[in-house]
Amino acid sequence: MSALIDIKGLTKRFGRFTAVDDISFSVARGEVLGFLGPNGAGKSTTMRMLAGFITPTSGSAAICGHDVATDGVAARKRLGYLPEGAPTYPDMAVTDFLAFTGRIRGFSGGELADRVDHAISLTTLQGVRLQPIETLSKGFKRRVGLAQALLHDPDVLVLDEPTDGLDPNQKHEVRRLIEQMAAQKAIIISTHILEEVDAVCTRAIIIAGGRVVADATPSELARLHPSHKLDDVFRQLTMPKAA
Amino acid sequence: MRATLVIARREFASYFATPVAVVFIVIFLALQGALTFNLGNFFDRNQADLVPFFNFLPWVLLLLVPALTMRLWAEERRQGTIEMLLTLPITQTQAVVGKFLAAWAFCLLALLLTFPFVVTVNYLGHPDNAVIACGYLGGFLVAGCFLAIGGAISASTKNQVIAFVLTVAVCFVFTVASTPLVTDFLAQSTPLLATIARRLAVAERYQTMTRGVISLRDMLYFASFILFFAFVNTVVIDHRRAD
Repeated sequence: MSALIDIKGLTKRFGRFTAVDDISFSVARGEVLGFLGPNGAGKSTTMRMLAGFITPTSGSAAICGHDVATDGVAARKRLGYLPEGAPTYPDMAVTDFLAFTGRIRGFSGGELADRVDHAISLTTLQGVRLQPIETLSKGFKRRVGLAQALLHDPDVLVLDEPTDGLDPNQKHEVRRLIEQMAAQKAIIISTHILEEVDAVCTRAIIIAGGRVVADATPSELARLHPSHKLDDVFRQLTMPKAA
Repeated sequence: MRATLVIARREFASYFATPVAVVFIVIFLALQGALTFNLGNFFDRNQADLVPFFNFLPWVLLLLVPALTMRLWAEERRQGTIEMLLTLPITQTQAVVGKFLAAWAFCLLALLLTFPFVVTVNYLGHPDNAVIACGYLGGFLVAGCFLAIGGAISASTKNQVIAFVLTVAVCFVFTVASTPLVTDFLAQSTPLLATIARRLAVAERYQTMTRGVISLRDMLYFASFILFFAFVNTVVIDHRRAD
């Protein structure tokens, strides 16, 4: 079984600034990859390239064997993507918005209604289903974005900070949801919460300055520092070396 | 095609989710009415036709269509929803055409709501309704041209005010390019420029149509005008997706 996500030599330059510098990795079904790094390290840029939103300067990314640059529509059919900040149309009601993305993905009639209902129950949005998204709190908005990514039960999930802005209970819910789905999918989540990596990820990649500085299981990572704490490992790997 | 229509439908509904639709239609009808009856001397002319109505139509469209297109892409950029939209399994062209069709359908609705003018002139006399229908088709095509320009400009900025002002300016150029004021000035130095200006202008072809003349040449002109700017729109989106 080949990897569902395959990234080779991915590089993105904005003018003279290199945001992502020759990143390569792949993710197989059943893996939950935690994508870590300081702000500005290139996490979101990598995810955006994987989702086909930004065109790479060089290198390639493929989802389920479909290259995101040359066969983008087929690749994005298999992808559930939660962009950073979970942007959604503020004047639409939750169900209308989910039905819109469902229709774009080719569902209609009873199946569409079932999919929307299922996505709403997965993300516990039942109480606000008819509310315009702009009237929702930050946590609810995030879950609407998550519901959109899960609606079509994709093989590949790319979630950019899925638990940002959620309260501890909601964070727990989302982690449980990711754990439940983990076996059938290849999942990438980016996060700043290191305990989350311990809780849900089978593997973690730390990037700094656009480069991969570590790629290991969370427990292997923890052993890199005498204290065996991911916090310390993260700081050791991503802080500029003291002279 | 299906995805295009799904996008068009969402976009069309979004006009009605906010007061945009009502404000646009009321102002459009009020302006058309005031200009036709007062400045256009509709009654004093004592002629059963809609010449004053069609004389003012492009100017009203020039003012109002950019208000419709300014948010088309600029708003998606500002809200960040462009990232959500373009990472759905659709092509850029489908997104561009879908949004354009929604705006064009909205213009058609606004034009159809001017039916009391047609009723009035038919009640008062015996107008040539074929000429009137031809004029309406012309107005619809002019609206399409302005929308195509506005869409392309809206795609290049996240600021709606800039999108509005630039669109008015560009549409104005294409409207006045065939007036004697411009062509005479151009003809003084290089007569060729005057010919080009007349060929490229929207207004002269529209005026031909309001006199009841539909020529294949003009239809090809309108079609290629709209397609050209829709293409520009797609290229702009492709190159500036993430900004």
